[in-house]
Amino acid sequence: MDHLNCSYPKNWPLARRKAALEQRARIIRKARQFFSDRGYLEVETPHRIPAPAPESHVDAVPSGRWFLHASPELCMKRMLAAGYEKIFQICRCWREGERGSQHIPEFTLLEWYRVRSDYLALMDECEALIQSLAVGIGQRECVTFRGHRISLASPWEKMTVEEAFHQYAKISAKEALRQDLFDEVMVRDIEPRLGIGKPTFLYDYPPERRSLARLKRDDPTVAERFELYLGGLEIANAFSELVDAEEQRKVFESEIDIRRSLGKEIYPIPEKFLAELDVMPPSAGIALGVDRLAMVLLNATKIDEVVAFTPEEL
Amino acid sequence: MYTASDLKKGLKVAIDNDPYIVTAFEFSKPGKGQALYRTKLKNMITGMTIDRTYREGDTFEPASLEERPMQYLYREGDHYYFMDNQTYEQIIINEDALGDSKNYLIDNLNVKVLMFREKAIGVDLPNFVNLRVIKTEMWVKGDTSKADYKPATVETGYELRIPPFVQEGELITIDTRNGEYSTRVKE
Repeated sequence: MDHLNCSYPKNWPLARRKAALEQRARIIRKARQFFSDRGYLEVETPHRIPAPAPESHVDAVPSGRWFLHASPELCMKRMLAAGYEKIFQICRCWREGERGSQHIPEFTLLEWYRVRSDYLALMDECEALIQSLAVGIGQRECVTFRGHRISLASPWEKMTVEEAFHQYAKISAKEALRQDLFDEVMVRDIEPRLGIGKPTFLYDYPPERRSLARLKRDDPTVAERFELYLGGLEIANAFSELVDAEEQRKVFESEIDIRRSLGKEIYPIPEKFLAELDVMPPSAGIALGVDRLAMVLLNATKIDEVVAFTPEEL
Repeated sequence: MYTASDLKKGLKVAIDNDPYIVTAFEFSKPGKGQALYRTKLKNMITGMTIDRTYREGDTFEPASLEERPMQYLYREGDHYYFMDNQTYEQIIINEDALGDSKNYLIDNLNVKVLMFREKAIGVDLPNFVNLRVIKTEMWVKGDTSKADYKPATVETGYELRIPPFVQEGELITIDTRNGEYSTRVKE
């Protein structure tokens, strides 16, 4: 804080975030290094797109007649289908109405995709990435977040959704879905207990929550999807990608039905994406919230502490 | 009518015809799941607090409260005295019913007293109030080495965190909606 008159700047909340924003920049720089060292190509896909992937609970921010992307996923998968084998992107994304201590409507995602891979391989890569980022900003084996000491030493905890419901809730995942209580139980009983002593991969989601993931070959009652939690906070979401265009179309249609029943805006089916999906090799992909990861590594209680400006400050 | 996305700390809603105030609020969204609005709601009559989780489409009626402009006079033990600006009638509100509002009550502050069935059950404060810092760590002018908040006490006894450059005896503006330091007042 070098000011000519040696007094404090008027915008004190912004000034005091300087150390956090310097660390955030370091995290992003180290992440780029991590992926380029592993032979990933950094790509940039458009922020402004004709329509987002139809997902029941993700609302896009309109931009003229188009939308700001809620994630770069559709464009990045089209690149996989076109022969790009290992790609990553760090970009701004927008989601309407998401604001809270862990949400901000304009946020930063790190997405990476690789062909001939699956969600289990991504768990390992995710683990290696976060370990290297922690070291990169001077943290070692452990991070302290929300009063928990979280050991980053391998191996991290792996727990299926079914096991988590069994262990932490009074209801099975299947029953919770039937009673339409899945999200409430997740938020109240399960999420706060994940990633406490060490990070937790919550994996194998029920097909109703498969999103763009493929079903497990030897057990089609679950989808190959995981979420990573540290200190009760969700950091990343990953899939073994669904590459069957017909099946993907059905998933989109059922998501559209849910949107319709909720009175939400209906997004068109992304036809170009579906047309190219059939030639996409078996792949795995993951989206990691950079702001959230910065919260964990810098022990911030609110997302506001790791961004330069919140919408309320503009 | 309110929808779940209007929920925030301090909002007053009617539940089963009783007035409730939101005392804690958190927006949650489990991965790929729906938006959930988790609240703690205090019954403004009984003082009982309940936990409720709402979904996006849920709607609420505003609590039907009458607002009367009054001035805060003084406090005696748990009793806080206010005077009606029109009738000069004095009323008492208990400390419990005031909740966090008591942190900002300085003599002669204009507030809106909330009446439910002719009974005073709380107050609505201005969004910003000015209060004097009566206790905090000294700061030497020019010392910019301290880059974080420090604890302070203001004239009402309320404790909060303020920037290092604010000195004891200075007047500050506090945002009553979140209880946080807002700016320093030049006198």
